[in-house]
Amino acid sequence: MCDTCGCNITHGNKHLLEPGGKLSKVEGGGTAITVLKSLLSENDHTAAHNRQHFDKNRVLAINLMSSPGSGKTALLEAPVEALADRYRIAVIEGDLETENDAQRIRDKGVKAIQIQTGSACHLDAHMVHDALHELSLEDFDIVFIENVGNLVCPASFDLGQHINITLLSVTEGDDKPAKYPVMFRAADLMLLTKTDLLAVLDDFSTERAETYLRNLANEADVLQVSSRKGTGMDHWLDWLDSQYEQHLNLIESGNTRKPNIQPDGAEFHAQQQHG
Amino acid sequence: MHELAVSQQILIQVEQIAGERNARSVSTITLRIGPLSGVEPHLLEQAFPLAVAGSIAENAELIIETLPVRVHCNRCGAETDAKVNRLLCGACGDYHTRLISGDEMLLASLELITEEEELADV
Repeated sequence: MCDTCGCNITHGNKHLLEPGGKLSKVEGGGTAITVLKSLLSENDHTAAHNRQHFDKNRVLAINLMSSPGSGKTALLEAPVEALADRYRIAVIEGDLETENDAQRIRDKGVKAIQIQTGSACHLDAHMVHDALHELSLEDFDIVFIENVGNLVCPASFDLGQHINITLLSVTEGDDKPAKYPVMFRAADLMLLTKTDLLAVLDDFSTERAETYLRNLANEADVLQVSSRKGTGMDHWLDWLDSQYEQHLNLIESGNTRKPNIQPDGAEFHAQQQHG
Repeated sequence: MHELAVSQQILIQVEQIAGERNARSVSTITLRIGPLSGVEPHLLEQAFPLAVAGSIAENAELIIETLPVRVHCNRCGAETDAKVNRLLCGACGDYHTRLISGDEMLLASLELITEEEELADV
């Protein structure tokens, strides 16, 4: 939890408790209150705060999620070199116990903030908020947030990012989107990594992986890269360029972008309830 | 798992609402959870007592309503049931669908015991 600046004390609940509105007596003599608020509303409040902070500084924030060892850090090492002339990049590293990943990024001459999550299985908006205190956002164009390697928990927490990228290394199997629907539904880009190994893996079909993604009603782009061999990097960097440009246009017009993580059903229910 | 983190966030909301109402304790907490929220109801049931121990919600009954996975088809307009890893339209099979139920993670309602009621009981 962020307890440095008090942002975790939300006043968000108050407007729900209109005087007399949603109150009623129940059989046991207690007071029943209808709340209908996201369980993560406190996290979401801080996430919105982070997003505003990014937007104010015209920074594109990208959340990288995947299994452990699928190549998140290696992927970052590549654009860090290729994009150094065009974008000012910073990396927020979520790592269970070590500073290894942050050090790898720093070795490339790039600012990296380490969040040691201990046993936590995901980053939340408060951890990112704390990390942002160590970062002068006006000095950067793109901030990558490297989430904890985990295909389950990180998908449920909005950090204030604009885009989610879910990496799937080809050694993991092409059915991961079907096995981890919450994670892959949240992807704005599915990035197949270590594709140089496709030559020796006869059981990974990139088409099948994409079909499983579409089965989640996700129209996200799908790209293939091998960070080690450098293949696919042009498409990946072009994709980043287009996202950055799109982001600036949105900011100029006073809008922002939320990742694919927003719970549609929850909002739908809340609207129904109020409407 | 992140169910403990979710439980802690529930408690923060519950404590805030209970505080505003001058409640003495919380008797029930009702949640609505969809299969695509990433929260497992039975894990939440295990984590919840740890999060609320010693709090105003220590003795609260946790009620979890699970919701079905339903999609609205952007092509044919049908609303159909779907599976968590197959969110296709049940009528025409298209994948251009919008989830209308199934990823909820909502604090639906609370029942509070307030100071007045406590006094009235005495």
